[in-house]
Amino acid sequence: MTVYIVKRMLLMIPTLLGVAVLIFLLLRVVPGDVVEARYLGQGSQFTSQDLMDIERKKLGLDQPLWKQFTTWMWGIMRLDFGLSMWTGSPITEEIKLRFELSLQLAIMATVVATLLAIPLGILAAIKQDTWIDYAVRVFSIAGLAMPSFWLGILMILVMLIVFKWLPPMVFTSFWVNPWDNLAQLIWPALAVGYRYSAVATRMMRSAMLEVLREDYIRTARAKGLWLKLILSRHAMKNAMLPVITVVGLEFAFLLGGLVVTEQVFNLNGLGLLFVEAISRRDYTLTQALVLIVAAVFIFVNFATDIAYAWLDPRIRYR
Amino acid sequence: MAVTKEALDTLARPERARWLQAIVDFTWQRPLGAIGAAIIIVMSVVALSAHLLAPFDALVTDYDAMLAAPNAKHWLGTDAYGRDVFSRVIFGSQTALIVGLGASFIGATIGALIGVASAYFGGRVDMIVQRIMDVLISFPLIILALAVVAILGTGVFNVVLAIAIPMIPRCARVVRSSALSVREMPYVDAARAAGFTDARIVLRHMLPNVMAPYLIMLTAFLGQAILLEASLSFLGLGVQEPVAAWGLMLRGAAVEFAETAPWMAIFPGVAISLAVFGFNLFGDSLRDALDPKLRTQ
Repeated sequence: MTVYIVKRMLLMIPTLLGVAVLIFLLLRVVPGDVVEARYLGQGSQFTSQDLMDIERKKLGLDQPLWKQFTTWMWGIMRLDFGLSMWTGSPITEEIKLRFELSLQLAIMATVVATLLAIPLGILAAIKQDTWIDYAVRVFSIAGLAMPSFWLGILMILVMLIVFKWLPPMVFTSFWVNPWDNLAQLIWPALAVGYRYSAVATRMMRSAMLEVLREDYIRTARAKGLWLKLILSRHAMKNAMLPVITVVGLEFAFLLGGLVVTEQVFNLNGLGLLFVEAISRRDYTLTQALVLIVAAVFIFVNFATDIAYAWLDPRIRYR
Repeated sequence: MAVTKEALDTLARPERARWLQAIVDFTWQRPLGAIGAAIIIVMSVVALSAHLLAPFDALVTDYDAMLAAPNAKHWLGTDAYGRDVFSRVIFGSQTALIVGLGASFIGATIGALIGVASAYFGGRVDMIVQRIMDVLISFPLIILALAVVAILGTGVFNVVLAIAIPMIPRCARVVRSSALSVREMPYVDAARAAGFTDARIVLRHMLPNVMAPYLIMLTAFLGQAILLEASLSFLGLGVQEPVAAWGLMLRGAAVEFAETAPWMAIFPGVAISLAVFGFNLFGDSLRDALDPKLRTQ
């Protein structure tokens, strides 16, 4: 087990390095750079080539690619992401502000999703092939079908037209004013959480169906155990495993992938920061964001694998 | 006598009747899948005959009827340029189908090829290919798509590619795991012993035997591709104005005038949801039918 953990941890390094190389090269293939985006983007034709070259030199863009890459990597190893090419302020600062919002939204959406998925999945599995099962499945497939940004627009519409009320549009930290904070974030969390619950519900249902056919469940029923007890003590625990994986991986994506929902709800999260960074050709900021999101994803992947082995003694890793 | 006649009927039954029977069976056993298939068929018919069905040209502006509420002339109202929302929803189905089918076909096919080849060659090749796929999978779908759009630029074909690329590693991984067992089959050994080339074994002998996971991934991608296209277009990074696309219709004015002209924000979203719903229902049933491991008893 220890050997397996160490091996998996070591394997994370080349994957992350691959992500770093890929995003580094991708960005430099994109036409235009931050200097052009800043000076030519606003339609001023008076910028001279010399001025732009000076700017580039200041940002280190005149260096050969391998040198830019090693400088960046050297910084990462000291946990220093460098300065944003657009604003000039430290990237850690830029990200810290947005990270709080994105993290909170991801957690809230996960809570919404889990609260929906576990009971619905279990219900559908116990009542397999009845109208309840069909209703749950249609509800969850509908959740996958509706774009969460559209669900967000609808929510805002209903609140506006029916209740003549709009959630606060400026972010307040949970620690400053929890009420305002929740009043703003609960809506995107519901919109995203519903969609995300769909995946988890389906997983819960099929895992539960599989577990319910196991011998130990039959044994438990044969000895006359109460159904509720069988479900909560024996079945649910084992059916939770694949659900944990799904929830974990989705969580990692929620951190950086809510680009569109953030736009609808006017939230300044990591997703919107990413779109801004890439359209401004802010190489350093984009690189840092991608690397962070990928690192979270890879780590969650790793953690769920370990949790699997931990929770299910039948699984043994080499 | 009756038995003989029945037997004769079965023998004489034309090819068409047999697949009709297959459709009836599928509908009976998987009603949800049949509903999905029906939605897909309706959507395809609408897309193919959009110019016949749509009462107006999707691009023609009518400044006398800007933001008109749904009425007898404009069934679903008009947008901020006076364009007929109903006609734009109908023409939007073309964009959704082109992008959805194109992206999932390209993504799943390249993914399947990589997956099978990786499983066939095994060893170091497999190891390297899988690490590359790991790297690609660690990007959230939309982030990779955004990066590709930033490089290639917007427009229908580039959007197809941007959506197809993040799908490649996901399909490759699933297909590879099935191909690993196919590789151990005696007919693959036989093909190798017969001296066939690697390319021939991969394409002619192994690929046809991973059709089930390939089709499952393909149909699962279809809905996702339509959603992703809508998201990219909504961000202004997908299909560009004035092309009729559902995600694009939800952008800008639809949000700005949501209070006074909610029809602009409602109907394109209904169209997206219905289309993805249909593809997902059908894909689910297809997966149940094709994958015996997941089949519910």
